[in-house]
This record gives sequence, structure tokens and C-alpha cells, in this order.
Amino acid sequence: MALPAYASPLERVWHYTYLVLCGLIFFFLIAPIVVIIPLSFNAQPYFTFTKEMLNFNPAGYSMRWYDLLLTFGMQEPQAERGWSWWMDAWQHATWIGVAKNSIIIGFFSTILATALGTLAALGLSRPEMPYRRAIMAVLISPMIVPIIITATGLFFFYSKVGLAHTFPGIIMAHATLGIPFVIITVTATLVGFDYSLSRAAANMGADPRTTFFKIIMPLILPGVVSGALFAFVTSFDEVVVVLFVGGYDQQTIPRQMWNGIREQISPAILAVATILVFFSIALLTTVELLRRRSERLRGLSPG
Amino acid sequence: MSDATTPLTTADGKPLKAALAASMMRAKRRAFLLVAPLFLFVLVTFVVPIGQMLFQSVHNDGFSSTAPALKEWFSEHPLGTPYDESAYAALASDLKLMRENRTQGQAGTRINYDVAGTRSLFTSTARKINRMEAPWKEALLAENEDWADPNLWRAMRSASNPYTIDFYLAALDHTRDKDNNIVPVDEGRAIYGKLFLRTAILSIVITVLCMLLAFPIAHLLATLPLAKSNLLMIFVLLPFWTSLLVRTTSWMVLLQQQGVLNDVLVWLGILNNDGRLEMMYNKTGTIIAMTHILLPFMVLPLYSVMRTIPPSYVRAARSLGATSWTAFRKIYLPQTLPGIGAGALLVFILSVGYYITPALVGGADGQLISNMIAFHMQKSLNWSLAAALASLLLGGVIILYWLYDRLVGIDNMKLG
Repeated sequence: MALPAYASPLERVWHYTYLVLCGLIFFFLIAPIVVIIPLSFNAQPYFTFTKEMLNFNPAGYSMRWYDLLLTFGMQEPQAERGWSWWMDAWQHATWIGVAKNSIIIGFFSTILATALGTLAALGLSRPEMPYRRAIMAVLISPMIVPIIITATGLFFFYSKVGLAHTFPGIIMAHATLGIPFVIITVTATLVGFDYSLSRAAANMGADPRTTFFKIIMPLILPGVVSGALFAFVTSFDEVVVVLFVGGYDQQTIPRQMWNGIREQISPAILAVATILVFFSIALLTTVELLRRRSERLRGLSPG
Repeated sequence: MSDATTPLTTADGKPLKAALAASMMRAKRRAFLLVAPLFLFVLVTFVVPIGQMLFQSVHNDGFSSTAPALKEWFSEHPLGTPYDESAYAALASDLKLMRENRTQGQAGTRINYDVAGTRSLFTSTARKINRMEAPWKEALLAENEDWADPNLWRAMRSASNPYTIDFYLAALDHTRDKDNNIVPVDEGRAIYGKLFLRTAILSIVITVLCMLLAFPIAHLLATLPLAKSNLLMIFVLLPFWTSLLVRTTSWMVLLQQQGVLNDVLVWLGILNNDGRLEMMYNKTGTIIAMTHILLPFMVLPLYSVMRTIPPSYVRAARSLGATSWTAFRKIYLPQTLPGIGAGALLVFILSVGYYITPALVGGADGQLISNMIAFHMQKSLNWSLAAALASLLLGGVIILYWLYDRLVGIDNMKLG
């Protein structure tokens, strides 16, 4: 926003104040996320910058918390770091175990949410869909209803039908939580979708399945993938449902972080947090690239 | 012209109107079939569980299923009948049954929700019931004279029916006196009303803070050229994509008494070392952390509305003689109202149900209603009360959601 030439001195002062203000707000948004990255390399078990760290003295930094992440829960963390040590870490280290659970639950709930959500979005974006508004409201509601209420309901329901403390139970619950995101992103991609393309395909003799896979799918794929990423992140970040209906075998990364924060917070949590921040940077980049690709495909202006 | 009177037909001779209706029906059915699998799935994993929770809030058979004789006695004798030997005989036979099935704890717990301190009455008397003999009234009163308490009998009568609204009364800080009238609980025990109020107030404070912080940056993002604003957008989107627990953890690190923020303030000389601020484990912690976490939900709708406002309107106002403040107030601000409304409603809806952040940084007085629900689910195990509290919260959220759909339309919800 450029300052117009006719601006009065007061307006100039205000303009720069405004820019500084915006800078401070951006700082408020990003600083808490950035600050934990150096702190996770702290050589001391403190949550603040030590003198050595501020002087950039290498002695103030260490990888000990990352090391602790690997060794925590291992049977023989002191053994020599060879093949058997890594096997031990892979099988017994707590954080590796919960990461595996997170990925398994995230993967299957994403598949479920994306498949069902994409189909539904195709139906919902047709003008002839009956009760469109009401059905959409129900399907989006898992995003709006407080998670504690969903978890409470699931606890009662799962205890009755025997899905509590099982992987399928948590996968289904996480899929439900991810579905609104898939619907929102895929219907957004379908806005302005040129249905004459699918009619043209039908006209040329393609059956509905061929039309879907050859014409519709490639065009809406960016929306589907970013919806899937949203669904994955939702599952990957979810703790309350796991807390309520998950058993000892279904501990996930956020659940373990929750334990760590509640019981005894150590900089090892910051090491996990740092890894997750880089993970979210990668996801954000992917989604942004997909969005641009989608807009290019649909012939909208890039940006 | 005879064509005008005969109905139009399609090539295979069907009337055009019927053919069109059939084809529309087919299209409708196809659209519906695409949605049906997901709808069923959400029904099973979301709608049914919530229905189960609502059921739990009005249904508790902890006492009625374990005390059949009393249940029968209560159904034959209306309220006001004196509790004579026949009532005590029914009680004694139920206590025997409870001892046999080991359900005295369950029954006592159910009555204990209503009249505090009665669980041990059931467990201790049930332990000795086989050594007692008729007349039951004397025997039971000799064992513990609390059995004569009319309020206890009122509670047992009320619990002998598995369907009850008493948990809603408890969730609204009310109870029943010995004559079954609904009365407010003592001042000192009325906690839920205050908690609902605190949740509402904190959510409003957070919403207003988000509004104040989101407006300038959304405006900046909307007026900068795309290349620059896309770059700055990362500052909004990265927090949005970062794990909730990561963001909460980093606020815990920043706000601690020995944490980064206090260190910086001491280093700047604003505070001295003994006067470190307590910014965590209280309301301040909840407000700061939740404002940061919910800010992107305010910026994004505001930004997408501001993008569509043509800058020429403000310029026209300026050229007609308006000062920049008037032009902003009369021309620009009214056009951003849909964005402000959408963002504020979304942030408010999300914050009234927040659980994780208040639980970790809220301490005692930064807790919200969700934390109380979790407490009753996991610690006190009064599930019916938890369900009643959750149902009240759900009712509030549904009204807000309906409002959001009315004002904004859920189709217009955008992510990133």
C-alpha cells in the first residue's frame, strides 16, 4: 500500500506507525514458533537462552534432547551404536513407537476421509442435490462442535460397541474430524468446474467411470490432495479423542507430548516441537504449490 | 394447429414433462447416492455418539437397576407417604441384593451425586446387612441414623427412575430440597454458572483481541501487491499449520517465570528480577495463547473480504473532500463488516469449546467449561453430569453455528 502524494504529515506519521504495528503483529504470530527451534538445542535443561547460547558459544548448544528422543524407552540405550542399537531404537524407543502409531492412524483416516469426502463433494456441488444446505451443515459440523463433546460422545458409544481402545475406533473418529476439510477444499475446487468437459467426454463415448478418472479427477486432484493433507494434519495433531478412547497401544505423538507437558516438561518436548515445525513448513509449501497448480489448471489468475 | 393441444413428447413417445421429471429425479438420485456413504459414515461416527451423550445426560440407571424393591415401593407410594416399616423392609431387601451382586458402590455413587457423603452409607450398611434382623426401621436406624434423612429418601425416590433431569439441574447450579422443589444450591457450591460465564467472557475477550490484531494485518495483506502479500501470508499460514500442542508448548516456554519473555523484560530493565510477572497458569496465559492460536481464523476471512473491496471507493471519498479517517470509517469499514462477522463468529465458536490450551496454560482460574467436562469424565467419573454440561455447551454452539450459516453460509468457509 503506497502512500499517496497528497498525504499530509499527520497521515505520513500514521502510515509508518501502522506499518510498525503490522510488523509487531506479524512478530507476535511467528516468534513463538521460531523461538523454540534454538531452545531445543540448549545444553542445559532450561527453557530460556543461557549466556553461552547468547554468545554463540558452541558449548551452550548440544543435540542431547534429540538424542534423548531416540534413547527414551530403549532397552539398552548405552550400548554401542551399531545395527542392533538402531534395531532396539526402532522397536522400543517410545517416541519412535508413538510416531509409528501417528502415521498409521493418520494414513488410514486420511484415506477414509478423502475417499468418502471427495465423493460427497462431487454430489454436493451438483445443483440438483436435494437438502443440500442441511446435509452440508451436518457434514461440516465435526469441525465446529467442540472436540471435547465429540470425544465424550465417542467414549459412550465406543464403550458400548467395543471400539474403545482399538485402532479402527480412532481411525474412524479421526476420519470424521478430517472430513469437513476435505469437503471444503474439494467443493472450492469444484466451484467453476466446467461440466461441459464431462458432457463432452460422455458425448465421445466415455462411460461415467472413464469420465471420472480421465477428466474430472485430474482437474480436481490439487483440491483433493490439499484436502487430504488437511485431513492428515487434523489426525496428526489430534489429542483429545486419543485421550478419551485410545488405549495404551494407541498412543500418538500429540498424546505423548501431552503426557510430557503435564508430567514433567523437559527440552525434549521442544525437540519434538522443532521437528513438527519443520514438518508443517513442508506441508504448507506443498499446499501452496498445489493451490497454484489448481488455479493454473482452472485458468484462474495465478496467485 | 393440432400440435398446440397435444402434449409435447420425446422421440420415444413419452410426454416431455414426465421425461424431464424422470431425468431430474435420476440426477437427484445420483447426487444423493454420491453423498450417501459419507452421510452414513458421519451418522455412525458422529451423530449417533452425540445422541448417546444426550441420552446419558438424562438417563442413569445406577440406582434403579440395583434397587428393584425400593423402585416398586416408590411407585406404589406417592411423595408425602411417611417412610414406615414397609419402606425400610424394601431398603433392607435391596441392600441384601446389592451385597450379593456387589452393586452397593454403584448405587451409592448414584445417590452420592445428589446428596453428598452418602456413598459410604450404602457400602458400610450393605456390609453388615446380613447380620441385621427385622424390624428393619429400628435396625437400620440403629446402624446409622442418617437413613432417616428425608432428603436421602427424596434422592432415592428420584433415582429410582432412570430418566431424570437432575443432572441438568446440577449443571445449572440447582438441586431439589426434601420436598422435591427445585432450589438453587448454596452460594459456595455454585460453580457451573460462574464457569459458563467465565467461558463466555474469556471467549469475548479473545475474539475482540483477535479482531484488533487481525484487522491491520489483513488490511496490509489485502492492499499489498500479490507477490509481497503471498510472502507475508506465510506468517499467518505457518502458525495455522503448526501443531496446536507445539504452539501451546512454545507459549509455556515463553511465559514461564524463568522464561524468555520475563528474561527479556528484566534485561530491558522494565522489570526487576524479583518482580517477574506471572503470565502462566492463570487467565492471562489462556488469553495470550488462545489469541495467538485463533488469530489465523480471523485473518483469513477478513483478508478474503478485503481483497474484494475496490480501492477506488476510498479514493473517491477522498476526492470528494473526506478526511482519511472519515473515508475509512464511512466507506471502508462498513464494507469489511461481513469479514469481521464471519471471523468473529468462527473465533468465538472455536474458543468456547477450547480444551487443550486452557488445560495446559490455564492453571486454576484459566479453565473453561470444556475442562470441567473432562474433569467429570476422567476424574470424578460423574459421566451423566459431564454429558449434561456438554449438552448445554453443544446447544450454545449449535445456535452460533446456525447463526454463522445464516450470516456467512458454510459454503463460504475458506481454508488458507
